[in-house]
Amino acid sequence: MSFIEKITRRSFIKKAIITAISLELAYVFINLLKKGSETNVPANLFEAGDIELFEKGKIYPFSAQRFYLSRLQDGGFMAISTKCTHLGCTVQFKNKDNKFMCPCHASAFSVNGEVLAPPATRALDLFPITIVNDKILVDTNNPQRRDKHNKSQITYA
Amino acid sequence: MNEPATQKAITRFLLHLHPPRVNSQSIKYTRTFGLGGIAALLFVLLFITGMLLRFIYVPSEKGAYDSISYLQSEVFFGQLLRNMHYWCGMLLVVVSFLHVIRVFYSQSIYHERRKNWLYGLLIMFLVIMSNFTGYLLPWDQLAYWAVTIMTNMLSYIPVIGDGLATLVRGGAEVNEGTLLRFYHFHTGLLPLLMVFTMSIHFWLVRKAKGVTIADSSKKEMVNTNPELVYKEIVVALSLILLLIAFSMLLDAPLLDKANPLESPNPSKAPWYFMGFQELLLHMHPGFGIFIVPVLVTAFLIYIPYVKGLNANVGVWFNSAVGKQVTTWSAIYAVVFTTLIIVGTEYFFKFQEWMANLPVLITTGLLPFIIYILPTYGFMLLIKKKLKAGKMEVLISLVTILLTAYLVMTLVGSLLRGEGMHLFA
Repeated sequence: MSFIEKITRRSFIKKAIITAISLELAYVFINLLKKGSETNVPANLFEAGDIELFEKGKIYPFSAQRFYLSRLQDGGFMAISTKCTHLGCTVQFKNKDNKFMCPCHASAFSVNGEVLAPPATRALDLFPITIVNDKILVDTNNPQRRDKHNKSQITYA
Repeated sequence: MNEPATQKAITRFLLHLHPPRVNSQSIKYTRTFGLGGIAALLFVLLFITGMLLRFIYVPSEKGAYDSISYLQSEVFFGQLLRNMHYWCGMLLVVVSFLHVIRVFYSQSIYHERRKNWLYGLLIMFLVIMSNFTGYLLPWDQLAYWAVTIMTNMLSYIPVIGDGLATLVRGGAEVNEGTLLRFYHFHTGLLPLLMVFTMSIHFWLVRKAKGVTIADSSKKEMVNTNPELVYKEIVVALSLILLLIAFSMLLDAPLLDKANPLESPNPSKAPWYFMGFQELLLHMHPGFGIFIVPVLVTAFLIYIPYVKGLNANVGVWFNSAVGKQVTTWSAIYAVVFTTLIIVGTEYFFKFQEWMANLPVLITTGLLPFIIYILPTYGFMLLIKKKLKAGKMEVLISLVTILLTAYLVMTLVGSLLRGEGMHLFA
């Protein structure tokens, strides 16, 4: 291979030094950019209210916390994130059609957050729910990714 | 004490960007349409207006929007200043794009100009990045959601995507940190890189003995000053005049202050990315964001290194056949792209028909193949009917790519309304 034969001791050392310095600079630069994006965020528990407040089969917006609290017919709870899984726009629940609609690229999600219409490819994220003393606490810092909806994602009192 | 050689240093320096004498063919306006020079002038205008804007602008979540409205309502000529900067920036994207097209179709990217083609592509990338980082700075709804969409696009790149998107934003969402780093890219790093790459770009033009000419046997040379300099000044002054008039008539857009809780309907990317957004409506993001752009970029870089091309350097479209090929390719791409867009909007619902297959195949591979196969057929057809050589096929391919992107941009930005539905 001709390009290997072209490498002399001198050019090898020169290139090695340049590479080492560039890598070091790149490493420093990337770490600078990484600042402020720590991955392990402590839980931020938001108190949504008492269980009795929420009727079965209804969906309640908490837009400032960026989720919808859905109480299913069987009494289970889901906190569905409003962040579209396609490109991060804020979805809205349309009571008329009984589905979530994304204004940016027309993705649609069912009441459970499952994809009804592309371009989105996975279901809406869920926020973990804990129920303490009949109060619903939603961890709004740690959205859980999921591909499809299944029963195990529902929280029961 | 003044040595004659050092008098009027600035004028002399500027004049020395050009050679003392140039070929008379190369200074005809229709040879280059002055696009490279116009782009350089726009860069200077952007630099000046940008420096002035920095005195007012506050790069923070609280201060950004208010500083812009203060600029527009309270500062003398503030609105005009912002308009100038905005329209220069938009025009720079258009002009750079036309410049890329011009050098490609006039066969000016081969042999000793190869390397400059690569620098040109790099500068085009920097121009788009500059425009895009500037897009966020007003911190209005338009800016916030366009940047949210674009940075989320990055997360579809396999393996490194999520990390990269977080790295660019400095968090899971577009926030104040994003604003600050975009501000620094926009006003510091990117302009600096551009000054550097532009210098190399200009120097490489000189090293290639200037712009390409159609007939290199004619060697009639004229004095650069005044023949070329005079033309440059006329173009520059007319452009500045037009830009000021335009900026007086049309204001740069400023919507409501950014509100992360509510996406406007429809939310659109900046217009030069609308082709991408349109592609995304029809294709799995893995293809739309990653596979297609990587293939296209690799192809563009590779063009001047393709073996066995006989380029008629400086001749528009390479030959008479090349002209026909370009026309037919453009027509084909307009018709076929429109058909595909309408088709996937109303008729092809692969995801519903084949719900069991992975989405990467139904919304990724299938639409990709639906586009590639007829295009391949079209290539074979022009090879046979128009007797197109290797170079003409290459021109055809580039024409189809460019036209398809233009069609998607137009459809995406003009024909899509509420909910991103066609003709809504």
